[in-house]
Amino acid sequence: MVKVTVDGIVVDVPNGSSALQACEAAGKEIPRFCFHERLSVAGNCRMCLVQVVRAPKPVASCGFPVAEGMEILTDTEIVRKARRAVMEFLLINHPLDCPICDQGGECDLQDQAFGYGADHSRYQEAKRAVKDKYLGPLVKTVMTRCIQCTRCIRFATEIAGVPELGAVSRGENMEVTNYVEKALTSELSGNLIDICPVGALTSKPYAFTARPWELKRTDSIDVSDAVGANISLHVRGSAVLRAVPRVNDAVNEEWLADKGRFSVDGLKHRRLDRPWVRVHGKLQAVSWQDAFVAIGRRLDGVPGDRIGAIAGDLCDAESLLALKDLMTALGSPNIDCRQDGAEYDLSHRAYYTFGTSIAGIEDADALLIVGAIPRQEAPVLNARIRKRFLSAGRGGFPIGLIGAPTADPTYKADLLGEGPDVLAALRDGTHPFAETLKAAKKPMIIVGHGALMRPDARAILASTWALAVETGAVAAGWNGFNVLHRAASRVAGLDLGLVPGKGGRSAAGMMSGGVDVLWLLGADEFHTAQIGPQTFVIYQGHHGDAAAARADVILPGATYAEKSGTYVNTEGRVQRSFRAIMPPGDAREDWRILRAFSEVVGHTLPYDTMEVLRERLATVNPVFRVIGGLDAVDVSVLPGPAGGGAVSPVPFRPVFDDYYQTDPICRASPTMGECSRIYVHPRTVAAE
Amino acid sequence: MGYLDRTVRSFLLAELVAGMGATLRAFFKPKVTINYPYEKGPLSPRFRGEHALRRYPNGEERCIACKLCEATCPAEAITIESEPRDDGSRRTTRYDIDMTKCIYCGLCEEACPVDAIVEGPNYEFATETREELMYNKDKLLANGDRWESVLARRLELDAPYR
Repeated sequence: MVKVTVDGIVVDVPNGSSALQACEAAGKEIPRFCFHERLSVAGNCRMCLVQVVRAPKPVASCGFPVAEGMEILTDTEIVRKARRAVMEFLLINHPLDCPICDQGGECDLQDQAFGYGADHSRYQEAKRAVKDKYLGPLVKTVMTRCIQCTRCIRFATEIAGVPELGAVSRGENMEVTNYVEKALTSELSGNLIDICPVGALTSKPYAFTARPWELKRTDSIDVSDAVGANISLHVRGSAVLRAVPRVNDAVNEEWLADKGRFSVDGLKHRRLDRPWVRVHGKLQAVSWQDAFVAIGRRLDGVPGDRIGAIAGDLCDAESLLALKDLMTALGSPNIDCRQDGAEYDLSHRAYYTFGTSIAGIEDADALLIVGAIPRQEAPVLNARIRKRFLSAGRGGFPIGLIGAPTADPTYKADLLGEGPDVLAALRDGTHPFAETLKAAKKPMIIVGHGALMRPDARAILASTWALAVETGAVAAGWNGFNVLHRAASRVAGLDLGLVPGKGGRSAAGMMSGGVDVLWLLGADEFHTAQIGPQTFVIYQGHHGDAAAARADVILPGATYAEKSGTYVNTEGRVQRSFRAIMPPGDAREDWRILRAFSEVVGHTLPYDTMEVLRERLATVNPVFRVIGGLDAVDVSVLPGPAGGGAVSPVPFRPVFDDYYQTDPICRASPTMGECSRIYVHPRTVAAE
Repeated sequence: MGYLDRTVRSFLLAELVAGMGATLRAFFKPKVTINYPYEKGPLSPRFRGEHALRRYPNGEERCIACKLCEATCPAEAITIESEPRDDGSRRTTRYDIDMTKCIYCGLCEEACPVDAIVEGPNYEFATETREELMYNKDKLLANGDRWESVLARRLELDAPYR
């Protein structure tokens, strides 16, 4: 630690800290544009100038390392004058178009010009104008506003791992550009909008829609993947206008994947806003009471084991529990939250969660990825892997990949093979990567759904665990065994036991005629043709997707923005979201629908309020008592997941083909549709 | 003595004469009343009356949907919605003023960076129904078109003091 004096306040800061960090520690705010905590230091905006006693001139505090006994002055006339001069230079080429700029009201330059800007300009010469660049369907550019802080370049290169942005020319003529007219190929490109301190990079779908002071902010959880990124939903009136990340160092730092950020416009398209019942082959709008009565009449006389329920990927834990309790009350063992047919071992939580934790990736020193494409399945988690890859230095974090060869994972990874046979080779030591894993002190293994959505999933899971034990990935004090989920509701579903009970049928079994009445709670990720023609389908959900078209009764539910809910991310971290808007029309919160229906069939569920339901949640599984935290588990004493069956040599397949079209909200979102057209199916665009 | 003085004055009708004198003086002074609907009093260029949205001389509407008027309005009488127009420029799709909420403070006019929303000299916009006082963008632009010459003159006269 180093002792530094800032404006007379003595603070202790770690060795190698910058003067800016010392000032922050002393509670002094230093204006900055180019400096960002999670990016490398560039030191090119010069706004953070401070005075260091006995230094000949003001220094840029972001890049100036502290030394023992250094005295920093942040509020002297020299500093103020220097900052005013820097601001005047920055404003020379910055256009005065704040009234039409989307950053207006949340602009660093605007705020700091308020403190350090002059009331008029002394500049008489011509101003610079820069041609706008095309960065794809998500990021809008107005490059004349750019103050060349290079944050976007550093973000793309360091965090996103797509070095597609750069600067050409120098001095006043410097331009940030992507060299060629091509959309940014990153799943994290939306973060460029947050990171840009001015209005040069703004959100294209949100363009000119609202001002920050009009928006009501509600804390929520991103459900587009299983990372559970903390987001804030910005609402005006009854519409969610945008989603922006909240800082949570344990989960998403301050990043958010494009799907979670830009799919919010799907919340107002193709919504189910009233109950429907199929009469003589045609859906008819009915009241809630009539819909319930129709279901009740159909259920009359159906034995419990001929009723089934499948829960979808976006459900909150409360509605999952209500569904399970309803099925139990109806005497049905047929319930499943795994519509993709994945297999897990539920005997211990460590077998189906991301045990290392997302922040824990930064402690690992070797990584094996089995049947997962983190870049698509969990872009924010992938950024953490890349962060570790960069901080470990060359060769410090070897990464092996077993699965379908994909586009750039954003870090150097060796493709070890495409099928589970490589696992066997790693275990018997014939594969050279086995040595790498064994040599590592804290190796970690990620098993994805490419490996778990197969008939031999249990065998793969068991052999991966065995490999983890043999290589020291599962040891006392270190849990390197990770299951990477892709569905936001999955871990909660497994925690609550939404799997077939004794003699119960799985999702596939239920669909292929195993049940007469099938309750789908937001389950859409399968071909509806799989459902037998005689099955009576109740679809409870928020979007008119494929399953709703097949349904005999439609019960309109609420999206994640319209209910407060509990979600469990892939790590097993329990997080809460709050209601941002009201559901449209007659739609209701899902657990209330299930509770109301239970009364119609005479099995009233024992909870009338959210508080009672959450208490029941915690009773069913105590993990729901701890919000936001993770308990350390000693995994070295666990016997490992049960195996069974042989491993087939069939190569692993990617979990989905189209990152932008994975759930009903995305499919209803025009922005995601456009992304899919541009990024995933570029050829059809060219043909038009 | 006081008794005598009062008696003499009352017999000489002194108060009546003084009153008639005042009437006579006023008779020769200029009139202060006007024949209102046919005659009107003078208005300051800063008079804050009915709102109008102005256009540029080429017919392009001035408003750029910056929403500063909406933000500054103390009565929250203004509602704006905006989106990119086909040519990519920032425009309002909705610009409503609830004239029954408006307190005619003129802050919207002060806030406007492009002199689009102005309060004109018209104060004769009383209506028979409340609904007619919910002004929308069309009404405000029509006001602007009707009053443009007066509005431009007002701004010109007031410019030296801004």
